[in-house]
Amino acid sequence: MSTTTAIANSDMSAITRTGDARLKIRWHELAVVRWLQICAWISVATTIAIVAILVLESSAFFAVVPVWNFLTGTNWSPLIDPRSFGVLPLITGTLVVSLGASLIAVPIGLGSAIYLAEYASPTTRRFIKPTIELLAGIPSVVFGYFAVTTVTPFLQAIFPSTEVFNAASAAIVLGFMVLPMITSLCDDAIRAAPRTLREGGFALAATKAEVSIGILIPASMSAIMASFILGFSRAIGETMAVALAAGSTPNMSLNPLISMQTMTGYIVQVAMGDVPHGTIEYQSIFAVAAALFVMTLILNLLSQFIVRRFARQWE
Amino acid sequence: MSTTPENISGTTIHEAELETSFKDNLARRRVEAAIFKAVILLATFFAMAILATLVWRISAQGWAWLNWNFMTSFPSRVAARAGILSALVGSATIILLTVVFAVMLGVGAAIYLEELSPKNKLSQFIELNISNLSGVPSLVYGMLGLAVFVRLLGFGRSIMAAACTLAMMILPIIIISSREALRTVPPSIRLAALALGATKWQTTWHHVIPAASPGILTGIILAVSRAMGEAAPLIMVGGVTYIAFLPNSLFDSFTTLPIQIFNWAGRPQEEFQAIAAAAIIVLVALVLVTNGVAILIRARLENRNRW
Repeated sequence: MSTTTAIANSDMSAITRTGDARLKIRWHELAVVRWLQICAWISVATTIAIVAILVLESSAFFAVVPVWNFLTGTNWSPLIDPRSFGVLPLITGTLVVSLGASLIAVPIGLGSAIYLAEYASPTTRRFIKPTIELLAGIPSVVFGYFAVTTVTPFLQAIFPSTEVFNAASAAIVLGFMVLPMITSLCDDAIRAAPRTLREGGFALAATKAEVSIGILIPASMSAIMASFILGFSRAIGETMAVALAAGSTPNMSLNPLISMQTMTGYIVQVAMGDVPHGTIEYQSIFAVAAALFVMTLILNLLSQFIVRRFARQWE
Repeated sequence: MSTTPENISGTTIHEAELETSFKDNLARRRVEAAIFKAVILLATFFAMAILATLVWRISAQGWAWLNWNFMTSFPSRVAARAGILSALVGSATIILLTVVFAVMLGVGAAIYLEELSPKNKLSQFIELNISNLSGVPSLVYGMLGLAVFVRLLGFGRSIMAAACTLAMMILPIIIISSREALRTVPPSIRLAALALGATKWQTTWHHVIPAASPGILTGIILAVSRAMGEAAPLIMVGGVTYIAFLPNSLFDSFTTLPIQIFNWAGRPQEEFQAIAAAAIIVLVALVLVTNGVAILIRARLENRNRW
C-alpha cells in the first residue's frame, strides 16, 4: 500500500489506480513510461551536447586566437602561412549568398502563396501544392550540381566576367531551395485569416488584388515576416549547394560574380581535407560553427518571438 | 432630399463627377488587379518551372550513363568504369539504421510529451528546446557526430556514427510531426477508452497510436527522405568518396550517394559531371518515390478519418 501511495504521489499517478484491490500496479507500463520520458529528455541532452562541444572546442581555438581578432579580422587564411583567422570574409560571403537567396525566394514565395491561398481553385491547388513540396524534397547537393552546370553558364552568358565558382549562382539555387518553405508558411498564414476580412473588403467594393494586398497581407504580416526570417536562417545554414557553387576563396567583397567562401563552405572544405584532431585548423571549424550556430539561433528565436508577440488570434 | 432647384442641380453635378471618376478609377483598378493576378500566377509557375528545368537538365546530362553496370560497379578513377554500388549500399544501410534509432526515440518522445507528461514548465521547456533544435543547421549535427559518436564513443568514421548523427538530425522533425498527428486524434476516443476502465497507457497504445499512425508514418517518411539526401553531416563524420568494398560490419567506413555526387560534381572533367548527373537521377528517384508515398498516404488520410 505504501508503494502504491508513493507512486500515486509521483507523476506516474495517471497510469496507476489506487484504492481498488483488484487492480494491480502495472510495472511494465511504468517501465514503458520511464523509457518514453528518457526519449523526451534525449532532445534536451542533444542541445546540451551541441552547446558543450562548440564551447569546448572553440575555447581551445580562442586560447590561441583572441576572440576580438576572430570577430573583427578581415583576412581569413587558416590553411596557408602566414595564417590569419579573421572571420569577417566568411560572414560576408554567407550574408551575400543568403541575402541574394532571400531576394529571389521572398517575392516569388509570397506571390505564389497569395495565388495558392486566394486565387487557385481547389483542383489547381491539389496539383500545385504537391509540386512545390517536391521541390522542397530535392537534396541540397543536387541544387549544387544544378548551380555549377546550369546556372553558372547562364550567368556567364549574361555577365562574361562571372567566375566558374561564384556567389550569385549559389544565391540563386539557395533561393530555389528556401522558396517552398516560404510559400507554404505564407500560404498557411493567409489562409488562416478569417472570411469576414475578405467579405468586409469586397463589401467596400475592393478588387480581389486590393483585398489581398491591402487587407490579407497586413493581417498576416507577423507570420509572413517570421517565414522570411526562417528562410534566411535556413539559407545561412545550408551547406552542400553553397560548397559546390560558391567556391572556396574567402573574399570580403559584395561582388556576387566572384568566388566567395561561406562559413559552411569552409567547414566542409576542412572536413574533406582530413585535418588531424587537435590542430588549430580542426579547432577553427568549431569556432566558425559556433558563430554559425549563434547566428541561426538568434534568427530562429526572433521568428518565434515575432509569431508569439504579434500574431493575431482570429476568433 | 432638399427641394430647392439649386440644391438638386448642385448634387447631381457632384454625383455625376463622382460616378465618372469612380468609373475611371474602376477601370484602372481592374487593370491593376489583372496585372497583380498575372504576376502571382507567374510566380507560381516559376516555382514549377524550376522543378521542370532541374529534372530536364539532369536527365539530359545523366540519362546516357545510367545502366546496370553503373549501379553495380565500385567508384573508379576512370569515369566510364565508375559506379555507385558502394554508395547505394552505404546509403541503404545508414538510412535503415537511422530510421530504427530515430523512430524509437522520436515517436517515443512525441507520445510522452503529447499523451503522458504532466503539462508543466518542464514539458514546456522540452517543447521549446525541440523547436529550436529543428532550426539547427544540419552541418552542426555533423560536428556533434564528429565529437560525440566518432571520438567520445569511439565509433570511428563508421556507418554506426553516420546513422547516429543522421538520427539526431531528424529527431526533432519526427517528434514535431508525430505530436501533430497525435493531436489530431479527438479527445472523445481517449475519454471513451478511459471510461471503460483502460489505463492511460492502454488507451494510448490500443487507441490513440493506431488512430494517429498514418500521420506519424507520413512524418517519418518525410524525415527519412530528408536524411537520404543529406551529405553535410556525413562529410563531417568522415564519409569518404572512394570505397571499393561492401561493408562487413557497422563499424566499417562508408560512403553514401550524396557524398559520391558531391565528389563527382566538384571535379572539372566533363565525364565525372555526367556520372554525377546519373547518380543524381538515382538519388532523386529514390527521394521522390519516398516523398510520393508520403503524399499518397496523406491524401488517403484526408479522405478517411473524418472525426
